Amino acid sequence: MGDNGAAPGTRDVVTTVLGFARTLRHAGVAASPDRVEAMLDAVGHLDVLDPSAVYWAGRLTLCGSPDDLDRYDAAFAAYFGGEAPRPRRASGAEQPRVAQTASLGTGEGSEEGGEPSDLATRASGEEVLRHRDVAELTLPEREQLRRLFALLVPAAPMRASRRRSPSAHGSIHRARTVRRALRDGGEITRLAHHRARPRPRKVVLLVDVSGSMSPYADALLRFAHAAVRARPASTEVFTIGTRLTRVTRELRLRDPDRALAASGSAIPDWSGGTRIGEVLKAFLDRWGQRGTARGAVVVVCSDGWERGGADLLAEQMARLQRLAHAVVWVNPHKGRDGYEPLTAGMVAALPSVDHFVAGHSLAAFEELAGVMTRA
Amino acid sequence: MSQPTLPADPAALGTALEGTGYLPDEGLATAAYLALVMHRPLFLEGEAGVGKTALARALAEVTGRPLYRLQCYEGLEASHALYDWDFGRQLLHLRAAEAAGTAERTEDLEASLYDRRFLLARPLLQALEDSPSVLLVDEVDRADDEFEAFLLEVLSDFTISIPELGTVRAETPPLVVLTSNRTREVHDALKRRCLYHWLEHPDFEREVAILRRRLPDVTETLARQVARATAQLRTLDLLKPPGVAEAMDWATALHALGARELDPDVAARTLGAVLKYREDTDRVHALARGALFGG
Repeated sequence: MGDNGAAPGTRDVVTTVLGFARTLRHAGVAASPDRVEAMLDAVGHLDVLDPSAVYWAGRLTLCGSPDDLDRYDAAFAAYFGGEAPRPRRASGAEQPRVAQTASLGTGEGSEEGGEPSDLATRASGEEVLRHRDVAELTLPEREQLRRLFALLVPAAPMRASRRRSPSAHGSIHRARTVRRALRDGGEITRLAHHRARPRPRKVVLLVDVSGSMSPYADALLRFAHAAVRARPASTEVFTIGTRLTRVTRELRLRDPDRALAASGSAIPDWSGGTRIGEVLKAFLDRWGQRGTARGAVVVVCSDGWERGGADLLAEQMARLQRLAHAVVWVNPHKGRDGYEPLTAGMVAALPSVDHFVAGHSLAAFEELAGVMTRA
Repeated sequence: MSQPTLPADPAALGTALEGTGYLPDEGLATAAYLALVMHRPLFLEGEAGVGKTALARALAEVTGRPLYRLQCYEGLEASHALYDWDFGRQLLHLRAAEAAGTAERTEDLEASLYDRRFLLARPLLQALEDSPSVLLVDEVDRADDEFEAFLLEVLSDFTISIPELGTVRAETPPLVVLTSNRTREVHDALKRRCLYHWLEHPDFEREVAILRRRLPDVTETLARQVARATAQLRTLDLLKPPGVAEAMDWATALHALGARELDPDVAARTLGAVLKYREDTDRVHALARGALFGG
């Protein structure tokens, strides 16, 4: 244990663990009180004076996802003043990293409460969003559009499932039939039926937030928010630009403006360049292939301005189409008269796209919602 | 069944696990030990093929407890996980009682219908009834949200109430191992109940040791070469990097072909044991084969 590590006394152990948990929270790991309690319990079962036992006791109880692990290692090294006993992870597969939660780098939230100051991140998020050029709308117009977006409820596409529910028709539900017969003294008087219950199909939205898309990013995220609000469990939203960011959690906030502010602060690459191919690959490697894109309706919202190689994009789009139930590409420029998909990115992507639609106005979004439902 | 005494610390558990052929590193041994003494479920995440499911089997062997496995899938319902009544046999019983004319009082007959022998116990109930036991909830990320919430309830107090029979409570909570391939994010409430461990591919030496231990017929040279080549394949950014399970398959395949060493030719013929995507195979073929599988 480092110089300021745990001394044998129980109270010291508690103090040390609480202090460590605080450090960890500042590093962005949500070490909730019940988890900290679990760590104390775990430490009690192990050798308190063995740094590696303390390391594992904390890691096993305080972390909850692979994204927490690096932060945990850093916090452990900082707090206990020693190198984490875990060998460095050799995998390059996790790159580029995904920001899972709201950004934590405000540096202000060092009070007792521990949580990265919510207000600070929200304010900075609003700041970011305020500088978005939301096309050429006047303020009242924009206000009105926002209200309309709040009313937009994209219906989820449905799929068949293994789950069945009672129904007047369909196949015979043997268990229910016999259960009813038991009540009637063993006489089968009526057959009970059930049939497959359709379930919402997964929807994944990939929103391009690079510089060329900035006039539309706000509208697209509002659309994404409406989709998440309609089906929180089966909708996932990621932003793509120079890197991949999962913003589903932020968009689950009820109020659209707060949700957008929160996701704004989680997105590190607003108005940067675009490397769709690379970021799409990151999405497929980390999420898509594992199940997020499998059988889902995947909506890519981008103008197809690709700075990276178009070959990689074509390859990844083909991969995406094999995984997904349907691939929808939304391009705001498609709404313009005389638009031809000529950018290298669009040319590369189009062969693997099932539906190519516009996304520049509310009407276009309503149409998009229809395409998604029928996909 | 006689219960072996539980290991006194993580190192002892690690040694015991090694005895069964499962070679854990310090983190995993600590995780399993804490799960055992804290009575908390162990939530294992990691790539497919790193040995999540195998750990549950090894733990059952070490502790001398029976293993119950619940494979999760979308649409999994409580009746498939907990219990169900054997309606067919109940009906038969009713008819038999009628035919024999032994149906005295209606209540008695009714009560006899909900006898324990007509109850079909599914893995969760079996694990509680038979505790101490090891319960493996495999690929929990495949089940849906409703089932996760239900599981949370069972894992919180290890009791199941059956309206017709009463409550089943485990004296000693079963050792629960949940595995996830991370196809989706499992709810935080469930994770909070558990110890969380992210399982990585083993390092070179450990992988060699695992291969040697599990496949005693494979030569040391071949084991080292397979481990080295597998480790290299993992750095190639493949669609599906090979896990320990694939390394083991590969070594088995090579051994079956009578190979004593890994040369480019035999490697190319057995690549199907390690790589599961055409793109990956193409990619590896395109790279200098000699460099990858050379002696």
